[in-house]
Amino acid sequence: MINAIVFGLAVALISFICYWFFGNHHEQAGNSTIQNNEQHATIVVKGGYSPSTLILKQGVPAKVNFDMQDSTACLAHVVFEKLGVDKDLTKQKITTIEIPTDQKGEIDYACGMDMFHGKIIIK
Amino acid sequence: MKLSNLQRFWISFILAVPMLIQMLAMPFHWQMPGYRWIAFGTTTIIMLIAAIPYWKSAWAAFKHHNSNMNTLVAVGTTVAYFYSIFALFTGRDVYFESAAYVTIFVLLGDAMEERMHNNASNALGKLLELQVKKAEVLKDGKYVDVPLDQVKVGDTIRVRPGQKIAVDGVITKGSTTVDESMITGESMPVEKTVGDPVVGSTINNNGSILFKATKVGKDTMLSQIVEMVKKAQTSHAPIQNLTDKIAGIFVPAVLIIAIITFTVWFVFFHATAVQAMLFAVSVVVIACPCALGLATPTALMVGTARAAKMGILIKNGEALEEANGLQTIVFDKTGTITNGKPIVTDLIGDPQQVLPIAGSLEENSEHPLAHAIMTKVKESQIKFPSAQNFKDLRGKGVQALVNGQPAFIGNAKLVTDCQLSAELQKQMIALQDEAKTVVLVGIADLVIGLIAIQDTPKPTSAEAIAKLKARGLKTVMLTGDNRNVAQAIADQVGIDQVIAEVLPGEKAEQIKKIQQSTSGKVAFIGDGVNDAPALSTADIGIAMGSGTDIAIESGEIVLVQNDLREVVCALDISRKTFNRIKLNLFWALIYNVIGIPIAAGMFAHLGLELSPELAGLAMAFSSVTVVGSSLLLNKAKIEDDPQLRKE
Repeated sequence: MINAIVFGLAVALISFICYWFFGNHHEQAGNSTIQNNEQHATIVVKGGYSPSTLILKQGVPAKVNFDMQDSTACLAHVVFEKLGVDKDLTKQKITTIEIPTDQKGEIDYACGMDMFHGKIIIK
Repeated sequence: MKLSNLQRFWISFILAVPMLIQMLAMPFHWQMPGYRWIAFGTTTIIMLIAAIPYWKSAWAAFKHHNSNMNTLVAVGTTVAYFYSIFALFTGRDVYFESAAYVTIFVLLGDAMEERMHNNASNALGKLLELQVKKAEVLKDGKYVDVPLDQVKVGDTIRVRPGQKIAVDGVITKGSTTVDESMITGESMPVEKTVGDPVVGSTINNNGSILFKATKVGKDTMLSQIVEMVKKAQTSHAPIQNLTDKIAGIFVPAVLIIAIITFTVWFVFFHATAVQAMLFAVSVVVIACPCALGLATPTALMVGTARAAKMGILIKNGEALEEANGLQTIVFDKTGTITNGKPIVTDLIGDPQQVLPIAGSLEENSEHPLAHAIMTKVKESQIKFPSAQNFKDLRGKGVQALVNGQPAFIGNAKLVTDCQLSAELQKQMIALQDEAKTVVLVGIADLVIGLIAIQDTPKPTSAEAIAKLKARGLKTVMLTGDNRNVAQAIADQVGIDQVIAEVLPGEKAEQIKKIQQSTSGKVAFIGDGVNDAPALSTADIGIAMGSGTDIAIESGEIVLVQNDLREVVCALDISRKTFNRIKLNLFWALIYNVIGIPIAAGMFAHLGLELSPELAGLAMAFSSVTVVGSSLLLNKAKIEDDPQLRKE
């Protein structure tokens, strides 16, 4: 009896691990708040970027705050390849990066090692 | 108080010393008195200051359905630590050292990376400081000083001799020579007259000019270069960290194996719950990425330190990998292949007659050609009289009275004004064919001698290029200089291909073209401001130590001694180090591949089980293997090691 329970539990755990790590997960995209013709958004940096996808409105000057809550080296830098931005996030708690919103499109960003990814969609 | 990774590393390292002693003493069956409690105390502190950040980051990554190196570290350390506490109170063997050492080694890797980032300087900012603060702009018929940011396109700007040109523009009045070396790396001043373009931040030498601003602010050549370097630096796709890639699959896999181990032992072999758990815990502990974490940083540390001793600074690990697939190596000409300073190469005519006159006429000149001639005169220890009544021959040369006789020195344009024997004429053409600048020296109306001047290759350049070619690399020269001069230098040093007359802003573009035309990696070696975008664009940028700050920042490898033979060493050491990293990772992985099944008890029926002592010893052994393998890099044979070179 106990064997069956243990066996069942093991199978359940393994399925959960497979589902959790290898499954296809979609994350809710974040939005910005617009104030005085300027939009602001915050991305929390902790074991990744949340939200990792951020939607900005076209034509409104945007400031994106990266809130650093991770103290390991992995996420120390954020790199916007297209914009030529490479910022060290560990110098201050919140790092503000201005994002040009004059054109529609996607701007990808990543950590310094290109392991963690996120994107900003302008529409 | 926030501790840096390096501080956390040292505190943890000192705390872990007793465990290290115990681990080394294990084979001699010596047990430190009260070891279990000492280990418990020190490991608890290490966990608190060093491991918790990894646990937090791993948990946050877990919530994002991610697993990485941190997850592996977190799972390994938590299991080892909390199981050991359980074992401590139930009288079983403890694994505190596993938890402590995994944390310390991973921390070492992080600390090294932190240090590399902190070393990045701010040469880009310095580059913009080359700009002048204000310009003399024509306003209502008067020239007034205007701050640089208020200069507009279309403004007429006056530049006096010796002043810096403020922005990009076109000359509208006057003629002069301009020192553009800070932008082009070209040491010879360029002659400019009405209609010629001028570049901001270059230095106006001898004439007073007026020019119309055509580009200001962000559009100037200098600002464009800064912008290009910034973009090129961030778009340099960093290699994905191999260990992180493995960790993405490894962590879930290890967890699954651990669960299967427990189930199989408990359900099918009817082991007790504690026994089954021991096997499962062993699996996770043995999978701890101790050696895996050490593999890269130790090899990097030894490899870069050895390179530094040879005068080669390797700024990041990526350069090492790129060096492996290198197929093409592109050189800047001036200052890289050549010395960057023109010198006298040939003297036609009687030196006793020619040099005193040349010395008299060029003594007070600021022209770099004059500088080369004066160096030659001083070397020959020839005395010369001083000249009177100097007269500028407008773009041709100078004339003056030497010992009461009219004497002159100047370029080939003088030929129409004076007599040149057929013999000298022939020699002049021969020298010009070798892309040398020829200066005529004469008395009265007769040319009595020729002085040929050239920016010659460094004595070691040809040897270095031959060695690179022997390695199967294609060599290319990329220069803004004219085709004849470039080809002449290329022939002297044995370069395969010449790309000449490249505009300062186009070098990066050319590198991209080369990258597209070849499947292999492309390296670029340069020293000037205009080389910076190309250095960042190339797969490996190698900067000369004598180069501009911006070039040194843009390059991944810096050659301190400005000797191209160091490129050969740099490539050798890069390849050796990268191969060592791969070997280390292989050992570390093999260790896991063999260790996990043993830990899971697969060979228990053969009596092969991983007892706690063995687990500890095996872990220490794998780490020692990796560290030892890295240290062997110090002994690896590097061809052309300057320390072994006999000069």
